[in-house]
Amino acid sequence: MFKVIQSEMIVPNMHLLTVEAPDVVQEIMPGQFVILIAEEDGERIPLSISDWDSENGTVSVVFMNVGVTTNKLAALQAGQTIPAVVGPLGLETEIDKFGTVICLGGCYGIGSLYPIARALKKEGNRVITVLEARSSYLFYWEDKLKEVSDQLLFISRDGTKGLRGHVGKLPDIINKTGGAVDRVIINGCTYLSKRGSEITKPLGIKTIVSLAPIMIDGTGMCGVCRVSVGETTRFACVHGPDFDGHEIDWNELLQRRKMYSSEEVIPMRQSKCEDHAHHISD
Amino acid sequence: MPEKEKKKLDLKIREMPKQHEDIRRQNFDEVALGYPANIAIEEAIRCLQCKKPKCVANCPVEIDIPGFIKCIAEKDFALGTKILKQKNLLPAVCGRVCPQEEQCEKGCILHKKGGAVAIGRLERFLADWEATQGEPPVPSIPPATGKTVAIVGGGPAGLTVAGDLINLGHDVTIFEALHEMGGVLIYGIPEFRLPKAIVKREVNYLKKLGVKIVTNYVVGKTKKLDNLLKEFDVVFVGSGAGLPWFMEIPGENLNGVYSANEYLTRMNLMKGFQFPEYDTPIKNHKRVAVIGGGNVAMDCARTAIRLGADEVQIIYRRSRDELPARLEEVENAEEEGVVFHFLTLPVRYIGDENGWIKEIECLKMELGEPDASGRRRPVPIEGSEYIIPMDAAICAIGNNPNPLIPDTTPGLEMGKWGNIKADEETGKTSKDRVWAGGDVVSGAATVILAMGAGRIAARSMHEYLTSS
Repeated sequence: MFKVIQSEMIVPNMHLLTVEAPDVVQEIMPGQFVILIAEEDGERIPLSISDWDSENGTVSVVFMNVGVTTNKLAALQAGQTIPAVVGPLGLETEIDKFGTVICLGGCYGIGSLYPIARALKKEGNRVITVLEARSSYLFYWEDKLKEVSDQLLFISRDGTKGLRGHVGKLPDIINKTGGAVDRVIINGCTYLSKRGSEITKPLGIKTIVSLAPIMIDGTGMCGVCRVSVGETTRFACVHGPDFDGHEIDWNELLQRRKMYSSEEVIPMRQSKCEDHAHHISD
Repeated sequence: MPEKEKKKLDLKIREMPKQHEDIRRQNFDEVALGYPANIAIEEAIRCLQCKKPKCVANCPVEIDIPGFIKCIAEKDFALGTKILKQKNLLPAVCGRVCPQEEQCEKGCILHKKGGAVAIGRLERFLADWEATQGEPPVPSIPPATGKTVAIVGGGPAGLTVAGDLINLGHDVTIFEALHEMGGVLIYGIPEFRLPKAIVKREVNYLKKLGVKIVTNYVVGKTKKLDNLLKEFDVVFVGSGAGLPWFMEIPGENLNGVYSANEYLTRMNLMKGFQFPEYDTPIKNHKRVAVIGGGNVAMDCARTAIRLGADEVQIIYRRSRDELPARLEEVENAEEEGVVFHFLTLPVRYIGDENGWIKEIECLKMELGEPDASGRRRPVPIEGSEYIIPMDAAICAIGNNPNPLIPDTTPGLEMGKWGNIKADEETGKTSKDRVWAGGDVVSGAATVILAMGAGRIAARSMHEYLTSS
């Protein structure tokens, strides 16, 4: 059993969960994920790792409460235990000295972007972190991200913080960097990753997205997490979760993510991410 | 000897009772019910007790088959169990899922006369008898050698290595990636063929012998193999199956197209058939196609029947004679209403506007010249395309070895299918102090072959540990 050290709602419907999992943090790298089971008889769900503490052997995830399992995870309190925390799984995000990197995060991705930005900064990159949300009250970890970024920018749909609009404002930000952007890294919901990739493609900026398809074992056995990347089928659990955003068949991925929504998600899906995507394509 | 002559005449294999198809279609309980004691004894008496038993020679783990059968005939079930378990730690499992007709029973002298002794059923009988006798006795274990063994993967290969090496006094730890032990016995083989309580019982027995078990631990990810080698004297890699094969035809990523691994894992490991009591969902599709002709395909088809499908079709590109599945499983599937389409090849999955599969386009085949496997090669018949409406397709055509250890272990020599190369005689890999066996070496094979590979590796590991 794995002990919950901290569990809190950091902004509305967004939860931070820290669990004791000393084995998991031994060889952990930015961009990897864990699989958790919330309670006995529960399902296995993948969640991106947002932070860890090697000394105390804890790992943290940020997730949105959207379905049966995240609902159970959200209800946990410090001191309780969960039956499984497995990982770190997947490949780490490629970290190198790229030059100027835009780290774009939304939803739970603001959390998982943090260790990536930290590693990029350490490697000597100019890190421009861009956070995107519906409103100012949905941003979190600004202080942590500020520390590891050269610039921290916000886009809010209602204009209550930073630029007003959506990910569609990304070209404005890129223009203002005053030089070439060498790479864009996107962590967040599928719509943010899709739109972000569509925006950077004509600009010719290499764009890496972190995908969160449905998974079961997460160790390269069941094959449910397959994604069409370029001409080939890739398995997000062992070949990802990071892929080149310009190569992904986004419509297929969106459809695959909805496979069990009637069983799991529809009653709780209130993020309105779809509306946001429609606005942009209008 | 007149008695012997009388035995020779008895070629009637005793039937094992099973659930009626009309009932079992609607439940997930075990289909085959096992011999009652009187029938088991009758069947055991048929054994001729050959001096040079070919059944033993054909057994991957060299069980003293005439020995345990003699005990059944003499009603000494306790001694029979002891003899059986000397060589096989998982008799309740093997008695159910081993392809005995290809191995021990094929070697039986009575086989040629059409009445091979039902060795598998007798093995199962003893194992099930033992389970009714309370906690099995724990054998005395030799003094600790102080040598440490790490086993990667809690499936049949790893369990066998663990059992063999703990019995020799070594300190054994199994690292299992999933939250439950058993590997394919838990995630793959359905409850109606192998009740999970049996696997748990066998794993608990190993625990009682002193095997340490760490679940939720993915060697290669949680800890690299090289780092594990810093903590253990030797490592056995039995990490099993990996990425499922698909046919690489259009539409395979449509919703409703599954790999067999996914479909079965949802059902067996995650208990999808009990959704929403268990959290993992599974769809109750009405028209299901299963692609492939092996045991896994039969498992998928029979699972779909039990989930309430109106129509389940097995699509296989060769003919009935080439079906790789056990005859028993094919018959069970047919009895339960699975329909077979032989000499048929899917060429395309067609989706609806929401990305769900709605049809499969197939091509009729005919058998041509024999291929490298010696089987006649199926050749497409031009212009024979036709479309079948379907709301799910399960691709059960095999899988690669698991990639996690190969991908994260420099210096480990690999075969061309992404398998770990291991010596056939010893299970030794190219890496110092590392052995491997089971599907990660052989590619998708059977439980008993994985156990046999485990046995071979355990012997070599023990030699190394006691000489070093």
